[in-house]
Formats: sequence, structure tokens, C-alpha cells
Amino acid sequence: MKEEPDVLQGTLALMVLKTVDVLGPQHGYGIARRIEQISGDILALNQGTLYPLLLKLEHEGSIASEWGTSENNRRARFYRLTPAGRKQLQAETRDWEQNAAIIARFFKVKAEDLS
Amino acid sequence: MRFLRRFLIRFSNFATRQSADQRLQEEIAEHLAFQTEENMRAGMSPAEARRQAALKLGAAQAIRESHHAEHSLPFFENLAQDLRYAVRMLVRSPGFSFIVIATMALGVGATTAIYSVIDATLLHPLPYPHPSELVRIEEDLPGVGAQDINVSVPEWKDLENSRIFQYVALSFFGSSNLTGSAQPTRIASKVVTPNYFAMLGVGAQLGRTFDPNDNTPGFTPEVVISDGLWKRAFGADPHILGKSLRLDNDVYDVVGVMPAGFRDQGKTSEERNTETWNAAGFSAVPFQPPLRTARDATGFARLKPGVPLELAQARIDALVASLRKQYPADYPAQAGWTVRLISLSESMVGNVRQSLMLLFGAVGLVLLISCVNVANLLLARASARGREMAVRQALGAARTRLIRQLLTESLLLFVLGGITGFAVLFFGQKFLLQLIPDSLPRLNDISISWGVLAFAIVVSVAAGTIFGLAPAWLMSRLDLNTTLRQEGRGSSGSRGRSRLRHALVIGELALSLVLMIAACLLLHSFWNLFKVPLGFNPSRVMAIQAWLPFPDDPKEDLYGTAAQETVMLREVLRRNRTIPGVQETAVGDLAALPLGHHENDLNLQRLIREGKDMQGSQPPIIDAAIVSPEYFHLLGMTLLRGRLFAGQDLDGTPLIALVNQAAARAWWPGEDPVGKRVQLGFKKKWITIVGVIADARTESLADAGIPQVYLDIYQQSLTKDLAFFLRGQVDPATIAAQVRTQVQAVDPNLPVFHAETLDDVLSSSLSVRRFSMEMVALFAATALLLAGLGIYGTISYLVNEQSREIAIRFALGAQRPDILRMVLRQGLTLAAGGAGAGLAGALILSHLMAGLLYAVSPYDLSTFAGVTLVLTAVALAASYIPALRAMRVDPIATLHAE
Repeated sequence: MKEEPDVLQGTLALMVLKTVDVLGPQHGYGIARRIEQISGDILALNQGTLYPLLLKLEHEGSIASEWGTSENNRRARFYRLTPAGRKQLQAETRDWEQNAAIIARFFKVKAEDLS
Repeated sequence: MRFLRRFLIRFSNFATRQSADQRLQEEIAEHLAFQTEENMRAGMSPAEARRQAALKLGAAQAIRESHHAEHSLPFFENLAQDLRYAVRMLVRSPGFSFIVIATMALGVGATTAIYSVIDATLLHPLPYPHPSELVRIEEDLPGVGAQDINVSVPEWKDLENSRIFQYVALSFFGSSNLTGSAQPTRIASKVVTPNYFAMLGVGAQLGRTFDPNDNTPGFTPEVVISDGLWKRAFGADPHILGKSLRLDNDVYDVVGVMPAGFRDQGKTSEERNTETWNAAGFSAVPFQPPLRTARDATGFARLKPGVPLELAQARIDALVASLRKQYPADYPAQAGWTVRLISLSESMVGNVRQSLMLLFGAVGLVLLISCVNVANLLLARASARGREMAVRQALGAARTRLIRQLLTESLLLFVLGGITGFAVLFFGQKFLLQLIPDSLPRLNDISISWGVLAFAIVVSVAAGTIFGLAPAWLMSRLDLNTTLRQEGRGSSGSRGRSRLRHALVIGELALSLVLMIAACLLLHSFWNLFKVPLGFNPSRVMAIQAWLPFPDDPKEDLYGTAAQETVMLREVLRRNRTIPGVQETAVGDLAALPLGHHENDLNLQRLIREGKDMQGSQPPIIDAAIVSPEYFHLLGMTLLRGRLFAGQDLDGTPLIALVNQAAARAWWPGEDPVGKRVQLGFKKKWITIVGVIADARTESLADAGIPQVYLDIYQQSLTKDLAFFLRGQVDPATIAAQVRTQVQAVDPNLPVFHAETLDDVLSSSLSVRRFSMEMVALFAATALLLAGLGIYGTISYLVNEQSREIAIRFALGAQRPDILRMVLRQGLTLAAGGAGAGLAGALILSHLMAGLLYAVSPYDLSTFAGVTLVLTAVALAASYIPALRAMRVDPIATLHAE
């Protein structure tokens, strides 16, 4: 059986922010579903862990939430990105890309390049 | 920013006890519904769809917990919960709580009390801005054995011009007669250079201080007065400025009133309570002509900001080197003149630092013993609560959680103890302050302030954490199975726990042994000093002080010559003899008051020996006592050779002096000083030595061999600080008034003050020693009591624990004495361990405090042996009570109960 990779706390937050950014206001199930879909089902998280994280992001002011009606006509809580959250997302995206680029360069290097 | 926002929201949720659980439940229900639908669309049966949805969501309870943790502040929630529980535990066993709180109140209260003294004296010795910039200037002449001497006026000017300092000031402390009010009073007054207040950095509350740029060579006609004098003598008159004041018959205009909180700096409490300040340039009449070697005034300076003391000292050294080259006649090489800067705060508290540190050390040991005792009690309770802990653990409490809860309980006890101790201190401060000797610097500024409260709390929390942690750690380390199975028997303490308890008791005994040895050594020294043969007889002798005015204009001086003074003094002595009960009278200056003068009162002069001290050599520096002929008989001092002063030695007859044996030994080794001639100070008149007096401890109780010169008061002019001596059966309460009547019948303008018996003078000269001895003794007694309680508690506990073993021994035929021996042996083992560790500690401590001891070796065998014996006896006595209980163990009942 293949090990499913763990999701780092910070990474998951970034995924949540990006999801709400791209898709607009979403309820918890929607966010969980999108993350699974986008990661191509490689990343199966315990969906429940999403809710404490959403609360944390809300406390930090990156997202806001309110009750609304879902597509199935049921009461659901919708999360949307705040302006502060958008700024945070941009900053973190930049950081992430930078880190990824550095790591990528390390992987490309061969022994003869260094001599 | 984000973190803060998150914290604030969580905190407000915690404070308002808002729950987000409802919201989460709804969201999860919603989530499950979505997932179930999706699963059913994928073809699962409804039951399977629900099961899969729940699986995918994860453990609902864990999610709820972490959601709740995010919503609120679980740390504080647990703390509040633990605190509530701790309060319940505290109330449930009031006896235990009372003992723990009382013990900690004692430890923390005593430590805080000593800390408040140290806070005021050692930590904040100077109530002036930027106190670290203030220095005292002292000079040494190591070549002639003179140390800490004053500064001369030309030297002061050199220092001023050197640009090393912001200000260099001189001060001369003395007394003045304030006349004009109902009763002439003698007040502490100071002559300072005009930049003195600018140097201290303190301004007046009313008016101004002196102009620092004033260059008047003699006195300026201005006076600055203290707030106390302003209120006392002038009824806080708001129009005081410009009014005049008569000091020693000179008229000065009041230009300023110092603020209420202002205290002058100084080495004695008298000097710190100076009430008038006059400004002078120290170089014109009535001062001596400014000579480099006339070092009369104390020098002070304020360093430039940012210039460290060492750098200033280095520059001073360079300056001194060049001055020595420039004035070789004044600074001969063999005298080795140097100028030393010491921080002013150090110069004020240097002499009490050692005593205070000793006290702080002693009280620290008491605190440590209290903590150890409490830790021991907590451990004892641990065995009673073993089951509770086991049940909690069985129900799933994590070990860290248990430790946290136990720690909260002990912290609560320690902090309550600390607060109680502080409260006692706060409400008892009036009473406690009376125990502190006057000679302690900054006594008036000792206060139980916020800083002291903070200290008390920090100490209690630190003690609670350190000494609560070990018992909590051991208590939470349980073997669940054994503990739960041992019905009712309690947990017969784990090995670690009983080892720790033994170590604690041994530590406690060791610490109290150290304290007791320190206390005994101090007591021994004190007793030795108290019982030392004085060489003079202080009993039934009273000394009453008076002060002759010293006007700036010599023509105003009624007592300018010895002959003028003689008439007045003889008349006063004659009148004093008529006071009922008086048998003998004499008069002298303040330097003649045995043990009653401070070094500030001394008027140090050079003693030039004929034929020995030539131009350029450095003669001894001494302070001569000026006395009337009856002085020696009145004090019972014996004449060894030559003759005493007599009635025919007067102003105009050849000047004579007496020396003591120590002076004869030091200055004329192997010669007979009688007939030798000396000059004193800058007076060019020869004085013939006519006799040798036996050594007496009039200068210092601890040192019998201080050289001393006596001059005849009827030959000396300018003796201003007088002490009248009376021997006889007089009432100390009324004698001052009687003497005042007699003195003022001769001259109504003379103040008479400060009547004291020589016995009192003697005992107050020992006040700092007595204070530290009494305090250390008190602490040692407390420590012994606590250690006794500790060993009692431990042995009682052991007896309880071993009751089964004892019962079996009885059943097997052991006799009561066997059991008694067995229990006492355990007590003795602890005592032996404590004594061993304590003796080692005491050896180190007594070595450190050797400087505080007098005529007793720091390794005094009898003290060490005696104290060890006492400690062993206390340990045995404390073990005896539980041993009695052990003897009464009923084997049948005990074995049945198990």
C-alpha cells in the first residue's frame, strides 16, 4: 500500500487560501473536495482537520465566514477571502515559489557543474 | 499582528466562555451530508455511504477538541480549572495548608525584610540623578601609613582645572549654633563649595541653591536650609527667602529651602541629616591659608557623562604624577601621595556591605530550609494522595497534566505564603524598623515598596516552582497496578520518594547547622568584645555635648583664646559639681568622648617629632584629644610615667601633652617619650610630652593599640565641640536640663544637647554588630525549629510506614526498647548525615566571615562541637515522640487491619 503524504500545516493553509481565492466563497466540504481534486487524490487529508484550520485563519483575519444556503438548498457556512487574506496569499505564494525554485536548482545540479 | 489578533479573539472567547461547538457540529453534519450524497451517487448503499463519509472525516471527538483549542485558550482554561481544584484541596485540609502557608510566610517574609534593607542601602544608596557619576575623592599617603585622608584647597583647584570632571566640590561637616529662636540649638551644618548642589544635581524647592560659578574666597552671606528646619524653626513660612538666620553669631540670608525628600550624602546619619549649608571658597579668613598639605575638607566630584571611573582614575594618576614633580616639597617621594576615586555609593555603604550580605545569606538559608520543609510536607501528602493520582491516571490523565495540576497546587500555597509574609511585613514595618541600628545608611529610605512586593512574589513563585516540581514529579510517577491494589494502605512510598525525603531532611539539618555555627561565632565575638578589658571605667559616667560658636569673623569670637575659654569652662565645671549626685566633672572635645566619635568628627593633624621629622619627611597623622586635667581620673585611666596636666598649665605657660603607651611604642620605639617635643598641625609652637598614659580602648573596642595624644584644654584655643563628663549618681533623663541650666547661666547662647551615659555610647558603638548577631541568631533559631519539625515529620512518617514491620517484630518477640532504638537510630542517621554536610558548609562560611569575628577562630572547635551536639540532641528529641508511638503499636490490631 502506498503511503499518502502528510500535509504540512502551513501548506494546507496556503491551499485553503488559494482555493477560496480561485473559486470564491466556499463551504468546508467544498474546500476539502477541491483540495483533493486538485492534488489529484494523492493527498487525502482527514477532512475534519480542515475545520480547526479554518477557524484559525478566520481568527487571523485572512478569511471571513457567514451562514448561507448551499447548492442543495441547505444551511452551510461559507468562507471567503478578506483583503488581508489576499495580501497574505500573495506574499506566501512569492515565498513558496522562491523556495521551490531554489530546491529545483539544487536538484538540477550535477557533480561536474560544481568543479 | 496576525498572531496578536488571533490571540485577542481567543482570549475574548475564553473570557466570555463562548463556545463554537454548536457551529462546528452543524458544519460537520453538513459536511457528512454532502459526502454521503456524493458516495451514494457513486453507487454505495446508504449505510455504506454514511460509514465511508464518517471515515473520511476522521475522529470527530479529536476534531472537536482541536477546534475548541483553536477557538479558546486551553492553557488558561486548564489553569483556571487547576486553580479551582487547588483552592478546594487547600480548604479541604486546612491544617496542612496553614502549616505550609505559615512556613513560607516566615521564609519569604524574612527574606523580603532583609531585601528591603538591601534595596534601600546597597542597591539605591544615592537619591540623586545619575548616581553612578558621583565619586568621593580620597587621598592616601601610604609612606606614612595615612589612608582615606581629605583634600586640600590647592589640590581641589588642580582637580577642578584638570577638566576630568563636571564638578569637583569640597565639603566640611560640622555643627552650628542656631540662635534667635527660643532656645539656642545646635544643628548639623555643612560648609560646601558653591558648586556642591550643582554636583549632586539637586535643586531647591523654594528659592535657589548656590551659584556654582561663585568665586568668593571666604564665606558667602547665603544659607540654604533643609525642609525639616524650615518647617520646625520657621513654621514653613512661605516668605522665608531673604530673611536672615544667625548661625554661630554670623548672619546669613536664606536663599533656598531644599525639598522634603532631600538627604545629604555622608558617612554618618548625623551628616545625612544636615540642616544648613553655607557656601565658601575655603581659601580666605576664617580658613587657613591654602597649603597643599592642609587637607581639611572632603572632596567629591561628578564624572563627565560616559566617562568610566577607571578612565578618570587613570587621568588622575597622570595628574598626580605631574603634581608630584611640580611640588616636590609638598609631595615627597617617600610619602607616596596618591589620589583615589571611589564611587560615592560604595563609600557610603562599604562598611555595612559585609554585615548585610551575611544577613542576606543567613536569611536565604532560612528561606531554603522553609522550602525544604514544605517540599517534605508535600511529599508526605503525596503518599496520602497516591490513590487519587492512580485513579486519575487510570482514567486517562497524561502525566504532564498531573504534574501541572500538582504544581498549580504547590504554587498556590507558596504564593499565598509569600503574600502573607509580605502583608505581615507591610503592617509590621513601623515596629521592625526600630530594630535596625541608626548607623545604617539610608535608614529613612527603607520602605516596603512595589519593588519589594515584586521581589516577594518572584521569590515565592521561583521557590514554588523549584520545590513544587520535585514532589509533583515523584507523585506522578506511579506504578498503577501496585498502587491501586494496595487497598487502604496508601502507597508505601516509592523508593525515589523516600530517598528524596531523607535527602531533604539531611539538607535541612545541614543548613541549620551552618546557620547555628555562624550565629554562635558572631555571638562569641560579640561577647568577647563586650567583655574586653576597656582600660577605662565607663560606669556612672555621663557625657553631655555643647558647641561653642565659631564666627567667621575672629573679632566676633567670644572664645577666641584659650584664656577666654578657660574662664568659661572652669565656671561651668564648678557649677556642674554642684549638681546633686555629681562626684567628679571634666571636659574635653568630641575626640575625647570614648568610642563616641565618628571618623568625620576627627580633626586630623600632622604630628612633627623634634629631631625625627625634618622638612620633607612625612610625619604621623593623628587626631589629638583635648581634655581638662580631671579627665584621666574621672575615666580611671592610669598614668604610667611622668605627670598629668595640672592647674598651673595655662594659656601662656609652656605647652604640654600626654601620649599613651601605643604612641610611645610607635613613635619613640625604645625611647622614653617624656621630655620629647612635638609640633601639631601648622602651629609652630613646641609641645613637650610630660607623661605616658596606659592604653585604653577609647578609639575602638577591637583595637587596644591605637596611638593617642592628649592636649590640655586650658592651653588650647578653638576647641569648639565640647563634651562635659560627669561621674556620679545622676538621672540621665534630667541631667541634660540641669547641665543646660548651669551652662546657660554662664553664657545663655550656648546649646547643650545629646546627654548619654558612656555605657550607652559603648553599646551603640556595637550596634551594627549586635544587629547582625541578633538577626543571625534569630534566623538560626528559626532554622533549628524548622529542621526539628522536618525530622519529626519524617520519622513520624517512617513509623507510620513501618507499622506493619514493627508489629511483626513485636509478634516475633521484640521488646519495646528494641523498637525505640530502631526508630531513634533512623533519626540519628539523618542527624549524622546532616551534621557531616553542615560541618563542611560551616567551615566554608566561617572562613568567609572571618572579617566579622573578633578574638575567636573561624574554626573554633568548641563552637563546632557544641552546635553539632545541640543539633543531634534536637534530632533525637524530635525522633523520640514518633518513637514512643512506635513502641505503642498494637501488633494484633495492626496486623488485622492490613
